[in-house]
Formats: sequence, C-alpha cells, structure tokens
Amino acid sequence: MGRLPTSGFQKSLYIGCTARSHERPDNYAVTSRRRRRTNAHITLNVYSQVKRTKKRNSIVPLGTTLHRNRRRDRNSSGNSETGSVMLRELVAHLRENRTQLREEWARRITAGALLTAMSKEEIFSETTSVYDNYIEVLETGSVEALQAYARSLSERIIPRGVETHEVVGIVLLLRDVLGRSLFKKYQNDVDLMNRVLDAYEPAANRVANTVAVSFVQERERVIRQQQEAIRELSTPVLQVRERLLILPIIGMIDSQRARQLTEQLLRGIRKNRAKVVVVDITGVPTIDSVVANHLVQTVEASRLMGASVIITGLSSEIAQTLVTIGVNLSKMNAVGDLQGGIEEAERLLGLPSELAKVATQETKA
Amino acid sequence: MEREARIDITSATDIVTARQKGRGLAIELGFEGSDLTVIATAISEIARNIIEHAERGQIVLAPVHQGSRRGLAIVAQDQGPGIPDVGQAMQYGFSSRKGLGVGLPGAKWLMDEFDIETKVGKGTVVTMKKWLH
Amino acid sequence: MHVPVLKQGDYLIASVQAALTDADLLQLRDDLADRVGQFRSRGVIIDVTVLDVIDSFATRTLRAVAHMLKLRGAETVIVGIQPDVAFAMVQLGLTLEGVGTALDLEEGLAYLDRLAKRNRNHGTRSTN
Repeated sequence: MGRLPTSGFQKSLYIGCTARSHERPDNYAVTSRRRRRTNAHITLNVYSQVKRTKKRNSIVPLGTTLHRNRRRDRNSSGNSETGSVMLRELVAHLRENRTQLREEWARRITAGALLTAMSKEEIFSETTSVYDNYIEVLETGSVEALQAYARSLSERIIPRGVETHEVVGIVLLLRDVLGRSLFKKYQNDVDLMNRVLDAYEPAANRVANTVAVSFVQERERVIRQQQEAIRELSTPVLQVRERLLILPIIGMIDSQRARQLTEQLLRGIRKNRAKVVVVDITGVPTIDSVVANHLVQTVEASRLMGASVIITGLSSEIAQTLVTIGVNLSKMNAVGDLQGGIEEAERLLGLPSELAKVATQETKA
Repeated sequence: MEREARIDITSATDIVTARQKGRGLAIELGFEGSDLTVIATAISEIARNIIEHAERGQIVLAPVHQGSRRGLAIVAQDQGPGIPDVGQAMQYGFSSRKGLGVGLPGAKWLMDEFDIETKVGKGTVVTMKKWLH
Repeated sequence: MHVPVLKQGDYLIASVQAALTDADLLQLRDDLADRVGQFRSRGVIIDVTVLDVIDSFATRTLRAVAHMLKLRGAETVIVGIQPDVAFAMVQLGLTLEGVGTALDLEEGLAYLDRLAKRNRNHGTRSTN
C-alpha cells in the first residue's frame, strides 16, 4: 500500500473553528496559502474556511496573544512524489474518459430516481460542471472553485425541492463510477491500482464532503430566512388608536423572537408616535428567565422612548417567573386581560373609553 | 473591501473613533439595524474599560467566518494591571444591573461570544464576536 | 462638538448635533448649569435624536446633569432616543431612572408643561 499524501488536504477538512483559546488543540499547525498584508507586521487572524474570499488565515492562540506571520510553501509538508504522479495519472484518465464517465454517471442518477425535480438538460449541465470541478480539485488541490460552484448549485436547486439525500447520493454515485473505472483500468496491476487509489481516496472524500456540506449550509441558511419571515409575519404591531399600540404575542417565544419583537415594537413606537403600548401575552404559555428578561427590557426600552407599557394576560406562572428573576412586579403595569388593558391605556391617554361605552350598552341590553 | 481596523486607545476621544470604525466595518459586513448600535455600544464600553483601568491599549476589529456564518470580531488588549478576579468582574445578574459603569459584563451581554484572558501585572485581552443572523 | 442651547420661554433646549465625546458631555453639563441659573429655567430638554450610541458614561452623565439641574429648580427630559439605542441601552442595563424621557421635542415640551401644571397645582416648586 502506498503512502497517503499528507498535504494540506486533510487539514482543510477542519472547517469552522472559532478562536476560543480553551477549545483549540494545542498543536494546531499554522498553514497558509496566501496572506493578507497589513501595515503592521503583527496581525491577528482567525482560522476560517475559505468562503467567498480567496484567503486562508492562520490560527493564533489567544493566550499568547499575537504571532508574527510565517510564510509557508504552497505545497508544504510531504506531498510524496508518487502521490503527485498518481494524481496526474488520475486527472489524465478522468479527462480522457470524460464523456463516457459523465454519461455513465448521469445514467445512474436517472436510474436511481435522483434529481427528479430537474430536467434531462439540467442534469446534463450540472453533471458536466460537477465533473469538471472534480477534476480541478484533483489537479489543483484546492476546493475553492468547487465550494463556489456547490454554493451556487445549492442556491439553484433548493428552491426546486431537491433534497439532501439526492445531493449526497449523486456525489457518491460519481465517486463509485470513477472508482469502478479505475478498477477496470488498473485491474492487471494491483500495486499500481493501490497507488492510484491512495491518491484518489482522500480527494474523492474531500469532494463529497465539500459538496454535501455546502448544500446543507445553504439549506440551513434558507430555513433561517424562512423562519425569520414567519416570525415577522406572526408578530404584528397594531395601531388601534392614535398614540396607542397593541402587540399581541402568540405562541412560544425564544430569545431571538423576543429580540425581534422588541425591535419591531420600538420602531413602531417611533413610527406611530405611540405613548402607550399594550403588550398582550395571553397567548404565551410559558417563558423562561431569558425571555422574561427580554420582556422587562422591552418595557424599559419603551420608557426610554417616552411610551408606557401595559402588560395584559399575565398568567400566574409567568408572574412567578418574573418574580424569580428579580422583577419588581409592582413597577410593571399589569392588567388582567386585553380589554382591561386597552381601557387602562385609554385612561392614560385621557381618552373616553370606547370599549367601556360598548360594554355598558351591552349590559343594558 | 472588508479589512481589519486597529485603533490605539489612549484617550477618551479614541472611544468615539473606535466605535465609529466598528460601525463602519459592521455595515460593510452586512450588519443592520440594532446590531450596529449594539456593536458600537459594546466597543464603546470596552474601549472605556481600557482607558479607565489600563490607560492605554488597542482595539482590533476583524471580519471572521465560521462555516457559512460571517461576523465581526472585536479584540481589546492592554498591558494594564490585569483583572485579579475575573469571575467577580463579570458578575451580571438581573437584579445587580444598576446601569452604571457596566463595562465588561455589559459588553458580554451584548455580544454573541465573549472571551477574556487576563494576567495580573501583564494585561488583558478581551475577544468578542457578533455573528450575522 | 459643542451642543447649542436655546431658550424657549421657561425652558432650555439643548440639541445634540453629533457624536459626543466625554469632554463634550461635561461641557454640556456645565453650560446647562450656567444657563439654568442665568435664566431661572423651569425645564430643560436634551435632544439626543442624532446620537447613535448612548453608553454607560453618557447615561451616568445625563443622570448627573438631571440631578444637578433639579437642585437648581429645573426638570430635565431626554428626548429622541432612537429604537436601536434604547434597545442597546436596556441590554446593558442602562436606565435613565429619575430622568424624564419623551419621544421627541414636541412630546418633551408637553411633558414639561404637564409637570409645570402639576407643580403649580401643588403650590410649590418641586424640590425633591
């Protein structure tokens, strides 16, 4: 079995480390391809996956504060001679048999009922791009182009309903198609075949990983966006009267939603020049201390903008949570239900209460 | 377009410079709305902290990435006296929030990530990060 | 950056024009102290619409200014705190407790008028 090339390939598989000093391994190597030049010769950099910029930064352990940058060779530690020769062979083989292998792949995709959301022409076009990117990764050792392509591919196909298992599926199929073609070519020379596979394996893994991860990340981004949109739609700030806003909150609130509610409310206060806000939490079953804090912050921030807040629908459970975190409930203007809250608001605004009038009429009838 | 920025903090006027640069860089990175104010305020607090405890120091602002997330890292460092009891300095319960001289705990509250390294007699390095949501 | 202070009847209006350094804030404090004494103003409006950051120092100073002016017989109201700024302030736990706040200049004047009326009804100027 030949020696596995130990180039920067493997290291770059460690995606997404944060510069928390107590979490990083001590012997993290400092590799770099291109370095960002700044005026000072001491730079603080944070390790990052290559993303939209063609830079890879060096890691700097915080405890020792700052390091001088050290320039390293492009092909640093141990690309074996055999390894690079094998890669060249591999690349040549893939190029020679491009049409045939790509067609085989496309055939197996269709046979496996993958990418059913896409037309034959689209599959042709995308498989061609992936194939060519595959070759480029093998040739250059860099996944930058592949990542960019994978991101753009994901952006295109996610709205079409392509699922993760399909994307992973087609990449693994390609791996298999290429693997089998290598078996076929080198089946008479086991040693050579092993060497070729030694060069092929890590690269193939890296490609599969890169594509799958890019796809999943893009999906997650889309989901986050959708969640954001839903949140915004579900928390309207209503102006019912002049200078009076109502914010009915329904459902569970998490920290992010609470934050968003606060922002929306504060902007609403400015836009509507509200003097009183009624925040109705009848529809909120429970809140944790984090969200309770947010609620209090909302009240305080509204006050800074000259608006007073009335909380309605405060269940005894939520009241208990507030007390537990140290909120002085007597400072909070809490009224039983929404109707009562609106009446109180109108009183604060010096308005005759419309609801009270209606209520009186109803009881008379 | 996105680049690092470093600001020497030697006087109170540098506080304003630091937070304005922070706001500028945050805008370039794609931060919006209240995030900008939060970032600028956190920088203000931390820069103020340098002036008050170490008299001089440096703030470095840099874009960061984690997977597909992008964000802003703010590093404040000084060669001041260091903080003997970090746990105590970072205490920040709701009821203890009196709103005056909040400095470090306040900045931590505003940011997504917060790390502090300090050594008595040597200095302090505070690293904070805010991610684009 | 210097903060211009205008007199409007019984009130003074200080409109912040740009980001305030620590020195600017202290200068404002002194200016207001002087003017309130000079004109015997009953109320002071500090308009911070333009400020994109109100940090702990600014909060401390504004509270100190309000307290000091109260001792000289004037009520203070801070107006124009922007939504984002209010948000950041409360996250830091900064409150302007003891200081009046209003949405904008118009509301600020209404606030001071209400206070003045209340004080007149009680027959004395508020000194607590």
